[in-house]
Amino acid sequence: MQTTEGPIDGFLADFEATAPGLPGHGLSWMDALRKEGIERLRDLGLPTAKVEDWKYTRLRPLEDTRYRPVTEADGTASVDQLPSLLESAGARIVFVNGCLRADLSSLDALPEGVVVESLADAMRRDADWVEGYLGRIAEREHHPLMALNTALMNSGAIVHVKKNVRVEAPIEIVFVAGLTDAPVAYHPRNLIVMDEGSDATLIKHHAGAGVGAYFANTVTEIHVGDNARLRDYRIQTENLEATHLASQHVRVGRDGTFETFGLAAGGRLCRTETYVRLEGAGAHAGLNGAYLMKGREHCDNTTLVEHLVPHTTCREVFKGVLDDESRGVFQGKIVVHKDAQKTDGQMLSKTLLLSDKAEMDAKPELEIYADDVKCAHGATTGQLDTTALFYLRSRGIPDALARNLLVQSFVAEALDEISHEAVREALTHMVVHRLPAQCYLSEEWTRENAAE
Amino acid sequence: MLEIKNLHVSVEGKEILKGIDLSINAGETHAIMGPNGSGKSTLSYTIAGRDGYDITEGEIIYKGKGLTEMEPEERAAEGVFLGFQYPVEIPGVPNTTFLKEALNAVRRYNGEDELDAMEFIKLVRQKTKELGIADDMLKRAVNVGFSGGEKKRNEILQMAILNPALAILDETDSGLDIDALKVVSDGVNALRSPDRATLVITHYQRLLEHIVPDHVHVLAHGRIQRSGGKELALELEEKGYAEFQEAAA
Repeated sequence: MQTTEGPIDGFLADFEATAPGLPGHGLSWMDALRKEGIERLRDLGLPTAKVEDWKYTRLRPLEDTRYRPVTEADGTASVDQLPSLLESAGARIVFVNGCLRADLSSLDALPEGVVVESLADAMRRDADWVEGYLGRIAEREHHPLMALNTALMNSGAIVHVKKNVRVEAPIEIVFVAGLTDAPVAYHPRNLIVMDEGSDATLIKHHAGAGVGAYFANTVTEIHVGDNARLRDYRIQTENLEATHLASQHVRVGRDGTFETFGLAAGGRLCRTETYVRLEGAGAHAGLNGAYLMKGREHCDNTTLVEHLVPHTTCREVFKGVLDDESRGVFQGKIVVHKDAQKTDGQMLSKTLLLSDKAEMDAKPELEIYADDVKCAHGATTGQLDTTALFYLRSRGIPDALARNLLVQSFVAEALDEISHEAVREALTHMVVHRLPAQCYLSEEWTRENAAE
Repeated sequence: MLEIKNLHVSVEGKEILKGIDLSINAGETHAIMGPNGSGKSTLSYTIAGRDGYDITEGEIIYKGKGLTEMEPEERAAEGVFLGFQYPVEIPGVPNTTFLKEALNAVRRYNGEDELDAMEFIKLVRQKTKELGIADDMLKRAVNVGFSGGEKKRNEILQMAILNPALAILDETDSGLDIDALKVVSDGVNALRSPDRATLVITHYQRLLEHIVPDHVHVLAHGRIQRSGGKELALELEEKGYAEFQEAAA
């Protein structure tokens, strides 16, 4: 792989300078893990367009911007408004520019058998437990950004739901960034461990506060034990200068369920990679998302689901709405390993182009080594249906509102995959508010859709 | 109410309507009959303002105003309603939301207060009751999974709520069995009034047994070939359109 000189040097220097202050410093296994990460990054370099996986997404911001590591001072930025999805959320942990903000978090209401804390606190409290999972769920040794995160992880939350514990209220993990004097980088590492038979809902926010370029390089490792269920909802509203690169690495055990939905509605460059291993019979993964891009924003969803044993299922529904000169990428791959008979894998990517200059690249792939499976994929790109638009307008609905209703209609198929009713309603409300065509929407309509 | 003068319309460069003259007064019901490809649907889309229907000559005067410069939503707000031959399915948007957004948009245009949720529900319940429409059709997504009859009933419900001055019904009878046809016709008849003009577009005479017109026009080859009273429809039923197709050829 070709190395891009500048940024690598910057990150290598950051490692030398900041390592002693990073979480877990002094723990021999952690020091070794970080060292391995930085060495791997040095070997690999940053991804370039010559690598198949990165053909459609160029990391230009990393090439021309020097991001300094966040400091504690960056974490004290005053945040007017925290993003919130539900009025009655449960626990919440908040990071500003990567730094834990206990004053904005609320972790008192946690039920018995649930731990939510920062990665740094977890290392101090129970390093042995962290060692059992960290870097062991994610397997992608040749992923440069993961190597970078491993070396420099300086933020992130851990969530541990113990055996048979069911958490009713969603747990919110909030990352707010921006408002710094220079471009900053932070590298959250989240660790979500769902023990056997547990059940929880996570809402993860990545939001931009005001202006200012930053680079959020997130890695989340997720273990869903036998019979456990995790519902993981992500809302990304980064600012216009943000580079948001995230990967999720998931393992699902017997009869376990991992359901995720990501709503992306901002960011100069965003890419979310989701890697799922279905390791036990009856395991199910639902990978869904919607992205609403405008201006020159770029959004990439890359997924890989591996069916490793018989009787596992996955379903993916991604809907993109691209306006102006924005660009969307969907790379979805389902791999059915040789023993994974009776696999059911369905993948769908649909994109709506609202402008002649918007562009979509979709690459769905199936790789099947078993013979008794049911797999399908589909990818379509289209424009607003002019007959439907005329139908709405012929009833008196103004053009802009008619377009928004049709966009809402288009995205609904993905939103319908969200099994948590309150979350589905709140995200529908958000979609209506964040539609690319800025236009009139009656207060009434948005209120009702939020309430229904 | 509606005055169409020497209307020529082209679609994708091809002239479909070649000089239509038609005058409809308030309180009247007119029927336009014609064979497939005669330009019936082109006429209805042109009045409603669909993109791609280019008026190359002539004009459409509605209530003394020129319609042709208005956007489709303005025409609707001015009281023009087109019942679609193939109503469009809109997944993910509840029928009530659609109806309410439409009604409130029209009310805003006319300087009236918007109806709030309670007022709207009251109005819509009253209309569904009058038209014999099940309430569950309101909760479902617009036309999604509706039978042919339900889709047409939904068109009539929209018409009842928007209360237009000019209702154009394009092939309302297509895809309906005889029972559904009766329900839809009863709905249209219930909405007939001295203040409203209705233009029924159909291929077959059978619809006109239920919605009895005051005037019948035969459209073929982009022109009105003949006009008469309701008995003209019966004559067509007997003889077919052959005479007109030959006459124009």
